[in-house]
Amino acid sequence: MTEKEKNKIKILINKKEIEVDENLTILDAAKHARIKIPTLCKHEDLHATGACGICVVKVEGMKKLVRSCTTPIQENMSIITHDAELHEVRKNVIELILSNHPNECLTCLRNGSCELQRFAEEFGIREKFFKPLIVEKSKDLSTKAIVVDAKKCIKCGRCVDVCQKIQEVWALEFINRGFDMRIAPAGDILLSDSPCIKCGQCSAHCPVGALIEYEETDKVWNALRDENLYPVVQIAPAVRVAFGESFGLLPGTITTKKIYALLRKLGFKAVFDTNFGADVTIMEEATEFYERYQLNRNKLPLITSCCPSWVDYLEKYYPELIEHFSTVKSPHQITGVLTKTYFAQKNNIDPGKIFMVSIMPCTAKKYEISRTDEMFASGFQDVDVSLTTRELVRMAYSGGIDFERLEEEEPDEILGNYSGAGTIFGTTGGVMEAALRTAYYLFTGKNLEKIELNEIRGLDGIKKANIKVDSKEIKVCIAHGIGNIKKVLDEIKESKTKKVKPPYDFIEVMACPGGCVAGGGQPYQISDKLRIQRSNGIYNDDKQQQVRFSHENPMVKKLYEEFLGKPLSKKSHQLLHTKYKPRPIYYK
Amino acid sequence: MTMQKEEIKLPNEIIEYIEKNSNKKGFEIMILHKIQEIYGYVPRKIAMELSRKLNIPLAKIYGIITFYHIFKLNKPGKYRISVCMGTACYLKGGEDILGEIENILGIGVNSTTEDGIFSIEIVRCIGCCGIAPAIVINNKVYGNLKKDQLIEILSEYTKIEGKEIKND
Ligand code: SF4
Ligand code: SF4
Ligand code: SF4
Ligand code: FES
Repeated sequence: MTEKEKNKIKILINKKEIEVDENLTILDAAKHARIKIPTLCKHEDLHATGACGICVVKVEGMKKLVRSCTTPIQENMSIITHDAELHEVRKNVIELILSNHPNECLTCLRNGSCELQRFAEEFGIREKFFKPLIVEKSKDLSTKAIVVDAKKCIKCGRCVDVCQKIQEVWALEFINRGFDMRIAPAGDILLSDSPCIKCGQCSAHCPVGALIEYEETDKVWNALRDENLYPVVQIAPAVRVAFGESFGLLPGTITTKKIYALLRKLGFKAVFDTNFGADVTIMEEATEFYERYQLNRNKLPLITSCCPSWVDYLEKYYPELIEHFSTVKSPHQITGVLTKTYFAQKNNIDPGKIFMVSIMPCTAKKYEISRTDEMFASGFQDVDVSLTTRELVRMAYSGGIDFERLEEEEPDEILGNYSGAGTIFGTTGGVMEAALRTAYYLFTGKNLEKIELNEIRGLDGIKKANIKVDSKEIKVCIAHGIGNIKKVLDEIKESKTKKVKPPYDFIEVMACPGGCVAGGGQPYQISDKLRIQRSNGIYNDDKQQQVRFSHENPMVKKLYEEFLGKPLSKKSHQLLHTKYKPRPIYYK
Repeated sequence: MTMQKEEIKLPNEIIEYIEKNSNKKGFEIMILHKIQEIYGYVPRKIAMELSRKLNIPLAKIYGIITFYHIFKLNKPGKYRISVCMGTACYLKGGEDILGEIENILGIGVNSTTEDGIFSIEIVRCIGCCGIAPAIVINNKVYGNLKKDQLIEILSEYTKIEGKEIKND
């Protein structure tokens, strides 16, 4: 994202002259010319390591083939990206990888979305030329969120790079070397005993089926056919702008009402929207901020807590900042507990029979649903199963649903209605924007005139702004990608030790770069372009809503009138708030 | 980090060593060598402590330990069985020998029997190609091995320790 003056230079790609920025690699220059060189280890989000060798090209004047992902272009360089010889070399690379790869495509979760499988298909590999040599290693299911199936690993290094450099969690590392090299947490312990925060960014970047979500579609199918149960479902904000990608729609297309219809077709008896829960989260969190600002300044900054990976990270790495954490539960937990209390009571349904499924862009939500006792506030597990967007896609396909032609449907009342503020929860900066819309109202009794806070939108890793509220200035900071938040937390820690005023009043954190739109459970092929397209979709959804403030959502008002009283009431605390505790980085 | 209460301290010897060498190149590896020199292996607790002291993620330390064959993660047995997997030994059935030893002791490579008597490791050529396949137990070389000799060889050591090999 550096916007320095870039010089253009001329190069020849496949004998055609083009002009491109001088500091590109051959791979990126080719992309500009709309030429696709195959890659396996290189991912757009990550630095090139040159590990796999599939991206080789010919450069005039060089004896050897060069790896296009690591080789910079030079003036007048003449490059051949595709010919019969390169085809042969690349085919060999794939064959070699396949010789250490189990032949399990039929039963692999990545069947159909695997990058290696696609190359094997495109390069016409129809039999194995090398005697396969596979290191047996059983699956690690311990986190119940991310599954490590190390024997399928092709050692591209993407996950290690994501986990160490982008998330700075360091749960995964390559251990051993040569043929024995594989990914594992330090000392071969289970992932659940490691620092892993379950963000699933490793699984979103893995080209094959070595890191995948903990799949629970069967549990949901079973619940759907159990006549004793009352299956209920909710969808998260970020799902609606990415789901369509798996059905040929452009990223960012809003498919909310088709997803509602799809869920009813699958057999759910009530279809709710996590965005409603998000509106409730905002009511509680904005009030929490307002009260701390007025009465309890030393508990500022207030830090958002709707991202379970982030919660896990804080509990492990910065337990001394726990008092700054908002105690409000995440929107899907709130929708869950309200379903099993308010909705159940209102409709005379036995909450013990309600089976609540949440459709999330997230792998960490699978962990969150049983994180602490507070996740059972209704007396039952508030959310029974959390599925990723990708899992719902598979259910839709196997459910024989023609998504494109589905008639749009409305959600069920009242946990289905949402405001524009609720929907922007799905993207970085969105929770803050939603909270500020309501906090502004709490401070001034008026609504913001300029609803859209463009200064805190976009993909910069750390965003800061001062928001004018009457005579006050509220200092906010937004970070996404765990590596970014560390710097902010260290600033807070320093201000605390020096006993000076912290640099921010309100901080939003999402573990995944880009926020939930680019969550670990979203459709594959993540890139910055996709992050922007999806988040534009989210902001469009906000624009399309008649109500843009959580505190003006009529159903939220009704909920407080009929059931909760007011934000931060005793009942709210019982049902909608949670606790945090320090956790060891390593359990073993 | 306030969490890990049951802090075990690094021995002074190591702390001094860290202070003396911390600006040298390849410093992490030097310390790990030192630790192994003291303990005979790199104990997990010490590695954790080191990670905290140096502010290096534990995963990175393990990446280093497992990259270099010289480092050990488990306390070696009183009798260290080194099975040669150099080309000659390998071709003459080194793998079968290894498999049989694993079978007899019920443990795998790079681990130690529960009673602490034996540990197994793999070594590259030990220069005994003429008598391949070969193993070394502590300093004693056994060559021209056949699978069925192994139980007898190992029993010599258990006898010294006043134990028997349980073979089931
Ligand atoms: S889920 Fe996140 S923290 Fe855990 S291994 Fe993957 S990238 Fe690392
Ligand atoms: S687990 Fe996946 S992302 Fe990680 S190194 Fe292996 S193939 Fe690459
Ligand atoms: S940013 Fe969103 S998708 Fe990513 S871990 Fe947090 S809640 Fe889940
Ligand atoms: S993509 Fe360039 S070496 Fe793997």
